[in-house]
Amino acid sequence: MSALLLALLLVPLVGAAVCGAMATREHLDRAGKLVGLGFSAVSLVLVAVVWALFRTGPGTPRFQFELAVDWIPAFGTRFALGLDGIALTMIALLAVLVPIVLGFAWAEKLPPGRTGAGFTALMLATQGVLVGVFAATDVFLFYVLFEAMLIPMYFLIGRFGGPRRQYAAVKFFLYSFLGGLIMLASVIGLFVASESRLGQGTFDWAALQQMAGQLPLSTQIPLFLGFFAAFAIKAPLVPLHTWLPDAGAEAPVAGGVILVGLLDKVGVFGFLRYTLPLFPAASRELAPLVLTLAVIGVLYGALLAAAQTDMKRFVAYTSIAHFGFIALGIFAFSSQAIAGSALYMVNHGISTAMLFLAVGLLIRRGGTASMTEYGGVARIAPLLAGLFLIAGLSTLSLPGTNSFVSEFLVLIGAFPNRPVFTVIATVGIIFAALYVLWVYQRVFTGPVRGAAVVGDGPGAASAAALGGGGSGDATGDVQTADDSAARRTTGRFGDLTRAEVAIMTPLVALVLVLGFFPGPVLAVLEPAVSATMSEVGVPDPVAPAAPTTGVPR
Amino acid sequence: MAAAPLPEVLPAEGAAGVAWLLVALPALGALVLFVGGRRTDRWGHLLGVATVVASFVVAAVLFAGSLAQPVEERVRELPLYDWFAVGALNVEFGLRIDPLSITFALLITGVGSLIHIYSVGYMSHDPERRKFFAQLNLFVAAMLVLVLGNGFVTLYLGWEGVGLASYLLIGFYTGRRTAGSAAKKAFLMNRVGDVGLALAIFILFLDLGTTQYAEVFARAGELSPGSLTAITLLLLLGACGKSGQFPLQAWLPDAMEGPTPVSALIHAATMVTAGVYLIARANPLYDLAPVGQLVVTIVGAITLVLGAIIGCAYDDIKKVLAYSTVSQIGYMMLAVGLGPVGYAAALAHLLAHGFFKAGLFLGAGSVMHGMADETDMRRFGGLWRHMPVTFWTFTFGYLALIGFPFLSGYFTKDLIIEASLTAGPVAGWIFGVAALLAAGLTAFYMTRLMLMTFFGPERWRDLHPRRIDPSDLEDPPEHYHPHESASSMTVPMMLLAVGSIGAGAFLVLGERLADYLEPSIGAFVEPAELPAVFPTGLVPVFASILMVAGAGAAYLAVGRRPVPVERPQRVSLPVRAARADLFANAINEGLIARPGIWLSRALVYLDNRGVDGAVNGTAALLGGSSGRLRRTQTGFVRSYALTILGGSVVLVAALLTVGAFS
Amino acid sequence: MSPTIYLLLSALLFAIGAVGVLVRRNAIVVFMCIELMLNAVNLTLVTFSRINGSLGGQIMAFFVMVVAAAEVVVGLSIIMAIFRTRRTTSVDDANLLKY
Repeated sequence: MSALLLALLLVPLVGAAVCGAMATREHLDRAGKLVGLGFSAVSLVLVAVVWALFRTGPGTPRFQFELAVDWIPAFGTRFALGLDGIALTMIALLAVLVPIVLGFAWAEKLPPGRTGAGFTALMLATQGVLVGVFAATDVFLFYVLFEAMLIPMYFLIGRFGGPRRQYAAVKFFLYSFLGGLIMLASVIGLFVASESRLGQGTFDWAALQQMAGQLPLSTQIPLFLGFFAAFAIKAPLVPLHTWLPDAGAEAPVAGGVILVGLLDKVGVFGFLRYTLPLFPAASRELAPLVLTLAVIGVLYGALLAAAQTDMKRFVAYTSIAHFGFIALGIFAFSSQAIAGSALYMVNHGISTAMLFLAVGLLIRRGGTASMTEYGGVARIAPLLAGLFLIAGLSTLSLPGTNSFVSEFLVLIGAFPNRPVFTVIATVGIIFAALYVLWVYQRVFTGPVRGAAVVGDGPGAASAAALGGGGSGDATGDVQTADDSAARRTTGRFGDLTRAEVAIMTPLVALVLVLGFFPGPVLAVLEPAVSATMSEVGVPDPVAPAAPTTGVPR
Repeated sequence: MAAAPLPEVLPAEGAAGVAWLLVALPALGALVLFVGGRRTDRWGHLLGVATVVASFVVAAVLFAGSLAQPVEERVRELPLYDWFAVGALNVEFGLRIDPLSITFALLITGVGSLIHIYSVGYMSHDPERRKFFAQLNLFVAAMLVLVLGNGFVTLYLGWEGVGLASYLLIGFYTGRRTAGSAAKKAFLMNRVGDVGLALAIFILFLDLGTTQYAEVFARAGELSPGSLTAITLLLLLGACGKSGQFPLQAWLPDAMEGPTPVSALIHAATMVTAGVYLIARANPLYDLAPVGQLVVTIVGAITLVLGAIIGCAYDDIKKVLAYSTVSQIGYMMLAVGLGPVGYAAALAHLLAHGFFKAGLFLGAGSVMHGMADETDMRRFGGLWRHMPVTFWTFTFGYLALIGFPFLSGYFTKDLIIEASLTAGPVAGWIFGVAALLAAGLTAFYMTRLMLMTFFGPERWRDLHPRRIDPSDLEDPPEHYHPHESASSMTVPMMLLAVGSIGAGAFLVLGERLADYLEPSIGAFVEPAELPAVFPTGLVPVFASILMVAGAGAAYLAVGRRPVPVERPQRVSLPVRAARADLFANAINEGLIARPGIWLSRALVYLDNRGVDGAVNGTAALLGGSSGRLRRTQTGFVRSYALTILGGSVVLVAALLTVGAFS
Repeated sequence: MSPTIYLLLSALLFAIGAVGVLVRRNAIVVFMCIELMLNAVNLTLVTFSRINGSLGGQIMAFFVMVVAAAEVVVGLSIIMAIFRTRRTTSVDDANLLKY
């Protein structure tokens, strides 16, 4: 059983090593990409197996598939992994998204001197480290992997990103690293506290959780703040968010999906897994602070998203608003809100991935992320417009799409404990509609104009190259292989090709299926959610009702 | 007043077990048409029509089944599956099959079928007809979820689902800038209402731990008066958004950017009445919340007058009809706010209005079809000769709307006016006068519309058709050639005209509708049984007098005098105010839109300069100071040596000092 | 004879060496001055060894001599290399390693 979890961790890392070895040789580029796709497919299969074997329902242990090896016995650190529902859903989301973004990146135009195999290697490395981050049950191991995940993402942004990639990569790294160091201080503090209370220092999550009740509030608060700093930067909460728009805008689209969709989730995942169970008293004490930041984030992110003209920055700001909702749910302390937040983490990953990829497909055609360069795209690329609209509707949490269930759970769960914060956050759903529909209106409706008229961006050529059997009209008369000639060619701005449709279909299906049938995911999350509720020590504000007077079945 | 005991909710059985087909059929149609894409272009419209007609058949079967059951067994539920459940919250996805939902299902699928058939002809020249039918099917499915859902969350699903369909269909002509803006405006104003609906659901969950109708209504008595008032007011906010009621009415006239069948189905007959449905459905809550009821009636009264006033000033045929819709839904809101005396009246008017307003919109569409998509009534005139079927069907709709004796509106609107007189000593006068006054105004603007469109000189003879939108690709024809529409369009119009004539009498006389709906909305109370500020028996007389007066005034204004083709600009202040929607848009613009834009611009500045500035500033400070420190590394060995020496001396001196003091 | 004399002598030699390092530009001279400072230290070490009657200081002095010899080898070869490429032995001219 636990070997499966280890395999889940190692398969992407081995894949990364293999692809990395192929990355320096140009002629192995295509093979490298194929191998990477193969490894990600194996991961997906493994996750499916783990999901099938994962036990749900009452009475299941806190962690399943547990595995522990001594690492540095002198400090009591162990290489310990285990899965709860929240970790499993995040790893599953990762395993679903990685093949999709690799498929998307297949036809992306890379900066000169970079190979697709190298890109694939970095993606797989990110995936592997992230699996470890979510599965770690040793606080020190978590810290190490938390920092380690910066490395592949730093290179993804810095090597494959847009024009200001260096600035963005360094900013991303420094921000996250700073948070990580503050967290390190708290990690060491936890160890010292455990040494004095348990007689022997430990980093074991379960042991530390057992100890949490004995820690006085005055000790918990500084330790809490250390972890909180790291997670608030990673999540990110306003006002620690400014690295995200830069990183999101400069990262390659496929990297941005993993960055915003999963890497950032480590922040809110950390709230759920570390701050709440390990420092329950401090969490209860400081909840109003976090909730204030969360609600500010909801409105602030939404208003800023509405004012963006760069579509990738727009996606990044929408995420800031969504992270506000997730943090609201976590710190509202009710089972609906926490389950909603955990589900939101999955759903936001799906909808942001879709939105990011839709923007990427548009950039591939028009060559720019600036909204002002487009207009009336729906007329010439209706499928792309439909795709963007579905992604946008999921982003604005329309009922019937996946995000609705989670946002609704967060709000309805937060309302009994925190009515004022909830009412303010609920107003945020108007802004969500505003920013999504405004972008849709500016870019996709109205008269055809700008980059949509002549696809003369670098993307036109790659879209044409990918065209294949899909839409023949994307093929201009590219006679020479010369890059600048391809740039000048006014190939028409085509709709999605078959390959692109195939890449996006799973996401559309997930949006709708999880919108109407979130039950299986909620069932996996439920044990972890109720465990978190009892660890934080707050009873559910709305107790389960007396026998229902509803319709007999 | 004490609420009557609610009928027991029974599980659905027999024919009602297939009620899910009602929703599934149009949803499947929409799915096939969306996914199938251009492959379904050739037969897509037929599939669209077929699914809705089949749905209508299912609704008719359910209706027959419901009639066959004893009255107290007519409220049934069909649970389908648990949508999501966490802790105390269990959101069930199920269908509630009771007289209220069946009535709505019949209206939606019935009028929906006719409008689908009409659209086959109306959209025949549009290359995107398949997409149109896909979206129209999506609308029907969502609307049916709205009325059939068995809980407030299922209702919310349908509620926002119809909002989406409405958004898509208003923006159907994607090339037009105005269409995009109108669609976005509609969605946003609806979202404002949706926030109210969502918050009402949250309070219900907090107080009762459930959001399913059956439990909520059964335990409505447990709610505190404060909660009840809050819930009912928040539900009203939702209803105002969806039904275009004051103060969220401004989106509805703009929504006329959509194709005319959409205006008929969504923005006249069905979706905009969802607010009335919501309040009627939540009647066990409203009956316990007098403040909520009072606010509902006030909103309704304001809206019905406001809509009628603005309707008098417009020259755009669809916008006049749109404001007429606003005003008529105001009547319905007024009625549902009155409680048991008004529920049946509101629903009767809703059904009758569904027929005649849909017919009027289809007639307007037929006129536009024959007049190169022109909507300015000043460019019409004398059309009755050129499109006789349209003219006659339109005339019946017109007469029904203004309350011509013994046509639909006569019965249903008079019932509402009578009910409003029973609202209380002061309120009864205010509501009654408002409702009567608006009836006169209705006669004025509708007669004006009739005269300008169908009678008088043929002003279009000397005019050239205009390009409706600057971005339209096709050139308009050289001259107007008004002609009668194809039979696929005229037959639905004729059927709706029959409804306009007979629906009111059928529903109201003998209290057929009220008796059928009793299990859902409680027993009907005759207005005559309650104390009224004014004898209710005189209402038809006064209403008729005002109707004649309004129509006569319209005749004096536009029938006797020539109508200028260009809109006169030198007009009196009231007319200018009415043309400007009584400044609703200006208020929205000034109070919400502009400050919002400024706020978000200011925040962008703050984010770039303030928050990010602090971050970059820290980085620059660190970089700058280390750059300055760097300058001390001169490269001269001797200066380093001097530093070393100085440092050593200082160290030794320090050690000696410490040694001296210790 | 008082050991203070030796200490004074070594202080004098150290000061001469330090001043030489600071004021002279010729790398050879600077180098000689460093040697002078080292040997001043050696003298101190030996003197203290004598005063305290332990051999530790003398052993330390041998260590210093060995290190100094190694340093001479490396230092002179660096100076030679600089002289060959730049035709000068001024330490002020060799200031590329800065900022």
